[in-house]
Amino acid sequence: MLKPDPAKQRDGAYVGQPVPRENARRLSQGRGRYVDDIAFRNLAHVAFVRSPHAHARILSIDTSAAQALPGVVDVVTGEEMKGLCTPWVGVLAHFPGLKSAEQYPLAVDVARWHGEPVVAVVGESRALAEDGADLIEVEWEELPAVVDAEAALAGDVPAIHPELGDNRAFRLEVGQGDTASAFAEAAVIAEEEFRFGRHTGLTLEPRSIVADFDPSLRQMTVHHSTQTPFQMQDVLARHFGLEEGNVRVIAPDVGGSFGLKLHVYGEEMAACALSIRLGRPVKFIADRLEAFQTDIHARDHLVKARMALSRDGEILAMEVDDLTGIGPYSVYPRTSAVEGNQAIRLMGGPYRMPNYRGELNIVFQNKTPMCQYRAVGHPIACAVTEGLLDKGARALKLDPLAVRQRNVVTADMYPHTSPTGYVFERLSHEECIASLASLMDYERLRREQAEARQRGVYRGIGLATFIEITNPGPAFYGVGGARISAQDGCVMKMEPSGDIRVMVSVTEQGQGTETIMAQVAATHLGVPLERVSVYTGDTQTSPYGGATWASRGAGIGGPAVMKTALALKANLLETAAVILQAEAGDLDIRGGAVVNRKDGTQRMELAELGRIAYFRPDTLPADFHPEMTAARHYVPQGYPFAFTNGIQASHLEVDVETGLVRLLDHWVVEDCGKVINPLLVEEQIRGGVVQGLGGALFEECLYSPEGQLLCGTMADYLTPMAGEMPDIHMAHVETPTLTSPLGAKGVGEAGTAAAPAAVMNAINDALSPFSAEVTQMPFTPERILTALGKV
Amino acid sequence: MKAAPFDYVRVSSLDELGELAAAYGDDAQVIAGGQSLVPAMAMRMARPKLLLDLCDLPGLADIRLTPDGLEIGAMVRYFELAGSPLVATHAPLVSTAVPLIAHEAIRSRGTLGGNLAHADPASEMPAVMLALGAVITVAGSTGARRIPAAEFFIGTYETALRAGEIITAITLPVALAGRRVAIDEVVRRSGDYAAVGAAFAIDLEGETVTGARLAFFAVCDRAVLAHKAAAALCGQRLGEIDPAPVLAALAQEIAPVADLHNRAETKRHLMKVLAGRLLQRLLSGEKSTHG
Amino acid sequence: MDSLFPVTLTLNGVIATHEVSQRTTLADFLRQTVGLTATHVGCEHGVCGACTVFVDGRIARACLMFAIQAEGRDIRTLEGFAGDRRMEVLQRHFHERNALQCGFCTSGMLATAHQLLEGSPDPSREEVRESLSGNFCRCTGYHAIVDATLDAAAELNAATVAPEAEPAC
Repeated sequence: MLKPDPAKQRDGAYVGQPVPRENARRLSQGRGRYVDDIAFRNLAHVAFVRSPHAHARILSIDTSAAQALPGVVDVVTGEEMKGLCTPWVGVLAHFPGLKSAEQYPLAVDVARWHGEPVVAVVGESRALAEDGADLIEVEWEELPAVVDAEAALAGDVPAIHPELGDNRAFRLEVGQGDTASAFAEAAVIAEEEFRFGRHTGLTLEPRSIVADFDPSLRQMTVHHSTQTPFQMQDVLARHFGLEEGNVRVIAPDVGGSFGLKLHVYGEEMAACALSIRLGRPVKFIADRLEAFQTDIHARDHLVKARMALSRDGEILAMEVDDLTGIGPYSVYPRTSAVEGNQAIRLMGGPYRMPNYRGELNIVFQNKTPMCQYRAVGHPIACAVTEGLLDKGARALKLDPLAVRQRNVVTADMYPHTSPTGYVFERLSHEECIASLASLMDYERLRREQAEARQRGVYRGIGLATFIEITNPGPAFYGVGGARISAQDGCVMKMEPSGDIRVMVSVTEQGQGTETIMAQVAATHLGVPLERVSVYTGDTQTSPYGGATWASRGAGIGGPAVMKTALALKANLLETAAVILQAEAGDLDIRGGAVVNRKDGTQRMELAELGRIAYFRPDTLPADFHPEMTAARHYVPQGYPFAFTNGIQASHLEVDVETGLVRLLDHWVVEDCGKVINPLLVEEQIRGGVVQGLGGALFEECLYSPEGQLLCGTMADYLTPMAGEMPDIHMAHVETPTLTSPLGAKGVGEAGTAAAPAAVMNAINDALSPFSAEVTQMPFTPERILTALGKV
Repeated sequence: MKAAPFDYVRVSSLDELGELAAAYGDDAQVIAGGQSLVPAMAMRMARPKLLLDLCDLPGLADIRLTPDGLEIGAMVRYFELAGSPLVATHAPLVSTAVPLIAHEAIRSRGTLGGNLAHADPASEMPAVMLALGAVITVAGSTGARRIPAAEFFIGTYETALRAGEIITAITLPVALAGRRVAIDEVVRRSGDYAAVGAAFAIDLEGETVTGARLAFFAVCDRAVLAHKAAAALCGQRLGEIDPAPVLAALAQEIAPVADLHNRAETKRHLMKVLAGRLLQRLLSGEKSTHG
Repeated sequence: MDSLFPVTLTLNGVIATHEVSQRTTLADFLRQTVGLTATHVGCEHGVCGACTVFVDGRIARACLMFAIQAEGRDIRTLEGFAGDRRMEVLQRHFHERNALQCGFCTSGMLATAHQLLEGSPDPSREEVRESLSGNFCRCTGYHAIVDATLDAAAELNAATVAPEAEPAC
């Protein structure tokens, strides 16, 4: 087990140490404070009448019985809601041609997915609000539903939004080189159709909000389970016509997010609108059925792709055609184009890829909206690339590990630009592959696999090299017109006690942001970790910033905190120098005390510095003003993203009679640059791996041909559980990014990015004696049995 | 996801139960362990106006050996079944089956009687009752009836229970000396409802199969016995068992229906694989469970 | 509007009477009526395990019981385990091993692990995985939760070794 090194901690070198999270102590004692845990007086609750159809016109709504029910406070239809909130459209200028339709909190005239909210009912309790919703009669005229993405562009299919002309939301082509010639020269062409089912984020804490509007001051305070308080502050201010400064968004403890909790949802907007209308706090907690119907879904790709390889296994070219369905709207404010855009741009990313052509088509359909979820686009790109590479290697009778070693971008090639324009500062594919081979004892495993096969036991080993987008730079959402900050800020103060308070704009959802920031602050300020407290998630008290998404918390928030710590340290030393009548340059702060820089002799405790600075400035020179607070901001520069890389391996056993897959072991070697806290990095990656394994084996939002969501409960929607998940073994390679003073890159997507590809390759490796292959995720027993020709 | 309003009564006698059930008709609902009913109510798929809780009814929570066999009270909870030496000795198939049911926290509350009355076609216990030839005692204000398990399950969530009746006890006939039993299921995750499941009880005299009860669950609208397959097995000798006619008969007599995750043909295939494996396990003579 | 009925139960060792509507689940009762928010609500249909509490000394889903059914029962939530050595050791190892991220599943995981170690003080890794398989965690990957449970078992076992072993019989 990882244990902190006491010597390093004594020296104040917390960065790199596996220190446990202070907030985990609190959470492990049940002392979390999530939105639904917070008590409000005069609280009202909202429930929704939802569309029972995938696509239907609202002919009439009769709310009279609900209005008359004791305990029902208010009933608001979509048409009435229109007057309370301006509409939004999920497009951004940096996706030219992306189109979407105006959206309001509730459906107006037409409902476009099964579960879309149609009428809001406010009650004195959630149960009473649901009683009211039960009494509302909606007369529907069913319309033809566009369910499969493949059908969306057919000539006779009606446009879901007639004003947009057709169901194509976005089209993009990328690439370079001459793929046609490369395929003509290829020794082997690996060609395949991959399907990636819809799944969903399924945070254990569902989406939660309490909006509390004070009409006397036109101020709205929102307790919201969100990753992005400032983005939401901006959205709420603009769409409700409030002053930005009059909207306060507080994210208390957040029970998981994974990208799910940074989108704008109609229900949350409705709760805010209703609070404004009623002048009292209104709570919406999505129940699990609502979560399945309205939390963003993820993936839903059909990818036709091929890869050209030379006789000795060199990748010559790749062609990819990705069709992805995003539901009836591009989601606001980040758009639903990012998943597909990243998928076709990440294809082939770890490899030397002289020729590449990718085409993306994003279409509307009558299903729950699809948008960014953990590892946006990554698992698609990784599975397609790695699947084709394995298929090519099998045809050439090459070892999968060797063929990867042969093709990765090598150390001498950096900085390297991919055919789709991604620039890699410095990656470590060769080291990661070597590390993985030894970590998993690849050769031994291959021998054991061969022996098992003799006994009729079919085990598979699957590899997946990956790259990961982290630390998005200044030209991300803002450049397209979204008011989403690319920078982050930190305010740090020393209190009279000598304790350090850190307010930072990146947020915490359990990944350990606060601990990481505390480690950085303590290390660079020279104080014991336990004297640093970190505060996040409140627009009123935190500096402005982009918060936590796209693996940017540590990589962007970290340097902001580091810069601030160094600035505060300079302030404190300046004051200390005045008090001690020394030169600031001859002093340092170590272990929470001012010391002589040369020999470490203690000169004064920080508490003594605080006492003098705050309470006895009369003892200081008349023109001297002690600065006990510092503030700094950080925006990543130089590269559009800080890419990370790594490789995963899956070892599993397929029961070829039942199609059941048993995961035996999983390995990850990753390089996220400077590792600030290996304890947190490893469990973050493991969690990501398990989400990837869920997508590979279990999770799927199933729809009927008419567009009815069939898996509305956790009994139908299968999540990865402890019993089926393997142990996940880890190793690190550290290639710090030189673009940030901290050297840290992100780590949130890595696990999810490559786990599905590794599992797919392992299953296909296990099935290779039968010449059977699966390429449709999740790999259910039925799909495996179908591939084996048994059903 | 909050239940619709209802009234709640802890009934203290079958007469009280009968009166209230008669007064409320279809709007009355009995609750035992509640592990299937409460979520159905939360989703408002079940909307009883009156909930009749059996937890205070006397005499429903015992496990005892009677001249007719092992008698298990309807309110005996799964964890009690799992921990009962009497059950382990006289109905080892039940002991083996309990860990397959959901998870420990559910097994703390769920009851055998509640499970059987719920008659979920994917549930393990109805099939176990069929395999063991259980007799289900039901009672209401007009008296008690004893119903063989094979006649008790009528369809999805449908049983031979009449309005105002509850299950009071389940009697498992004492097993013959040569009985071998086993249960298994094809399941993607521990504790899930099975894609298909089977519970077998096979009686041997010497080396010869003299009786077999092959029960299947999660195949169609109720737990079912494969009579023809069982007949094909009878008379065969250990060590010379040919599973082919058994499995062929099985495929003929049970036509599985699709569920959310599996097509009918997938379930048919899985049923045969599972049956073949259970037979192999029971009749190989090794590591089989006797009782 | 819902009528309220009194329910008297032993809650974390103290006999208490509260008023609830009949349709209030035990989970909502604990959280909203009493204010014990360590118990979380993740699915309300008995699958996720976040609301796992102890009913008469055994783990059960608080969303699968109505509060009124708890009349006369003994209910124990994570808040009621202060001073319980097994729970405190589990909590410490969960914290130190980072066996939680967002913390939403943690109370249910701890309850389940507590019951496991009560009945099976020296479980195998597979046993731990199996026993926790009714509790959903979206964040951790489970590995650390399994580690922490085993570490806690080891510490508890080390502490409870009898000075003189009984002769085997």
